[in-house]
Amino acid sequence: MVQINENLCKNCGYCVKFCPKKILEIGTVRNRRGQFYPVMTDEEKCITCAICATMCPEGAIEVTEGGSKA
Amino acid sequence: MAEYKRSSMIAESPSGYCPGCLHALATRLVSDVLDELGQGDNSLNVISVGCSALNLLYWCGDNLSVAHGRAPAAATGIKRTNPERLVFAYQGDGDLAAIGLSEIMSAANRGENFTVIFANNQTYGMTGGQMAPTTLIGQKTTTTVYGRDPQTTGYPMKMCELISTLEAPVYVARFALNSPKGVRDAKAGIKKAFQAQLDGKGFTFVELLTNCPTNWHMTPLQTLDYMNTNTIPYFKPGVYKDKTE
Amino acid sequence: MSEKKFMKGNEAIAEAAVRAGCRFFAGYPITPQNEIPEYLSWRLPEVGGSYVQGESEIASINMVYGASAMGTRAMTSSSGPGISLKAEGISYLAAAMLPALIVNISRGGPGLGSIQPAQSDYLQATKALGHGGFHAMVFAPNSAQEAVDLVYQAWDYAERDRNPVLVLMDGCLGNIMEEVELPPMKELSDEDLPEWSLTRRNGRDYQGNITPIYTEPILEGINAMAGEMYKAWEEEDVKVETFLLDDAEYVVVAYGIASRVAKEAIMELRKEGFKVGMIRPITLFPFPKKVIHDLDYTRVKGIIDLEMTIPAQMRDDIALQVMERCPIHEYGRSGGCLLDDEGVYDAIKEIVTGGVDNG
Repeated sequence: MVQINENLCKNCGYCVKFCPKKILEIGTVRNRRGQFYPVMTDEEKCITCAICATMCPEGAIEVTEGGSKA
Repeated sequence: MAEYKRSSMIAESPSGYCPGCLHALATRLVSDVLDELGQGDNSLNVISVGCSALNLLYWCGDNLSVAHGRAPAAATGIKRTNPERLVFAYQGDGDLAAIGLSEIMSAANRGENFTVIFANNQTYGMTGGQMAPTTLIGQKTTTTVYGRDPQTTGYPMKMCELISTLEAPVYVARFALNSPKGVRDAKAGIKKAFQAQLDGKGFTFVELLTNCPTNWHMTPLQTLDYMNTNTIPYFKPGVYKDKTE
Repeated sequence: MSEKKFMKGNEAIAEAAVRAGCRFFAGYPITPQNEIPEYLSWRLPEVGGSYVQGESEIASINMVYGASAMGTRAMTSSSGPGISLKAEGISYLAAAMLPALIVNISRGGPGLGSIQPAQSDYLQATKALGHGGFHAMVFAPNSAQEAVDLVYQAWDYAERDRNPVLVLMDGCLGNIMEEVELPPMKELSDEDLPEWSLTRRNGRDYQGNITPIYTEPILEGINAMAGEMYKAWEEEDVKVETFLLDDAEYVVVAYGIASRVAKEAIMELRKEGFKVGMIRPITLFPFPKKVIHDLDYTRVKGIIDLEMTIPAQMRDDIALQVMERCPIHEYGRSGGCLLDDEGVYDAIKEIVTGGVDNG
C-alpha cells in the first residue's frame, strides 16, 4: 500500500514520472504549504514496487507490502 | 513488492531544500542506510557549508557543523579520538572540490577511516548559482553568464578519478540520482562504504550526481533529462576503486 | 608524581599538555615551534592519544575542532604566519563554543617575517585572533616553568568557558633549556567528558549538535554571553606579577621574554639608586588594567613599554589606563633582533635620567 504524506510534498513530479504503472498524477488539492501533491488514480494497479518512494527526495511516500488492494 | 519507511534520522517536516533537489534525496538515502545498518545513534554527520548546511535543521542524528571545505579535517579529529563511531562528512562540490581540495585529498591519502558523501550539482547553490569547479563546459552560471569557458576557467574537476589514483582509499564510486536504478545503486554504494568503515577498512568516498533546479533555471523534471544528456556523459557513474573485499 | 627535568620550553609545553589531559594534537611544521609537534608525535601515542601532522595549519585547527567537539582535550601549536591561517578555525571554535589550546611560539613579522624570536603577535593574540569580534584568554609565560604551569591549567579555563585559550610565547623561551618541575598526570575518565560534547562515551543517549552558525536572535544572545564572559575574566582571572612597585618612579610594563631582560636591568638600576619597578602581565587578555590604572601617578613619572617588537603593540592598552597622567615611553627590538641586557639597561637609564621623552 502506498501512503503519501501530502504535507511533505513539494510537487517535484518525480513519483509521477517514474511510476511504471502510470497511476500517480498531481492532484488538484493543495497541501498545508500550498503545493499540489500526487494522488493515486487506480490503486488496483499498484504493484508496490516502491519506485515512487525511491525517487521522492523528501521521503513523503511510504510503501507497505500486503496492504495493497491488488 | 517492496517496502519503504521514512527514517527517523530526518525530521518529520519537509527538508530545507528546494522542490526536486536531489540533495534532499541524497540525505534521505544516507538516513535509510543508517537505519538498515542500525547505526543511527552511532553515526555522526559532519555538515559542511553550502546547501548541505540545510541539514542542520533536518538531520536528527549527532552532527557537527564545520567551516567551508574543512569537513574531512574535522572528521579526522573526530574519528581519531572516537574510532567506534560511524563518521561521515556530507559535502557539496564547491566545498569539497574547491576550497576543501587540500583537506579531501589529504584525508583520503591518509586513509582516514571515515566516509565522505559528495553531492555534486555543478554549482554553488546556496550563494546563488556561481561557477563551481565541477560546472560543465558551456554551462551558464552567475559567474559564467556566457557558459563556462575552459580557456579561462579550466575543466570540470573529476573527483572520483582523482581520489582513486591514491593508494589508501578502499572504495570510490559515483552514482547519478536521476533514475530509480541510479538511486538504488547509490544506496547500495553508501551501504558498502559505511560497512567498510565499520569493518575498519579505511577511507571511502561516494559521489552522488545531483541537480539544482533553482540555479539551473529548470523544472525538477527538466533537470533529470539535462543530467542524462550532459552531466552523466562527463561524470561517468561507476565504481572507480573497490578494495573492500 | 611531579618530577624535575631539564627541558626546552617547547618540549615543556608539550609534556605539560599531556599531563593536563591533552589527547589530541594536530599541527603543521613551522619554526620556531617544531619541538612541540615533534615531541607529541611520539608522546601522545604513549598515553593513548592521537597525533596528526596536518596538511596545513587550516586543516590542523579544524582537526582540533573535530576532536574538541568530541570532548577530547585537544591542541595545536604554530607561529605567527601559521596562526594567521588558523584564524578561521579559531573563530569557529569560539562560535561553536569549543575549548582548545592554541600555542603561538612567536617570531618576527609581518608576513613570512623572520624565523627568529619576536613579540610581534600581541595585537593578533589579544584583539583579532579571527573574524567576528571574539576573544580568547591569552597566557604569556616568561619561563619554561610558568609555561608548564599555565598549560597545565589551560583546559580548566577552556572547558569552564567553552572557549579556546592561547599561549603566546616567543621563540627564545620556546627554545632555551631550563629546569622545570612537571606536575602529575591528570587521569581523566569517560565520565569527565563534557555533557555538551558529541561523544557517546559519557552515556549521552540524545541528539548532539554543535554548530558555528546560528539564527540571528540566538547569535546576538551568544555575542552578549561572550561579552559578559570577557567582563567576568577581568574580575576573576587576571594574572599579573608586580616587581619593586611600591616606591617606583618609573614603571616598566613588559611580558614574556622582555620581562626577564627588564628584571636584570631594573636590578642594576636599583643598585644605582634609580627607583624602577615593573608590571608583568601574565594574562594579556584579560589585560591587567587595574594595577596600571591604580598606580600612584603623583609618584610615578613615566611608564616604559618594553617589548621585543617595534612599534610597541601594548601601548594603547597601557595608555587607556594611564589616562595621560604620565608619559609613556617605549623601547624595543624587532624583526628577530633580540633584546639584550645592555641595550635595555641603557634605554631605561636614558629615560629615568630625563635624557629622552618620547611619550
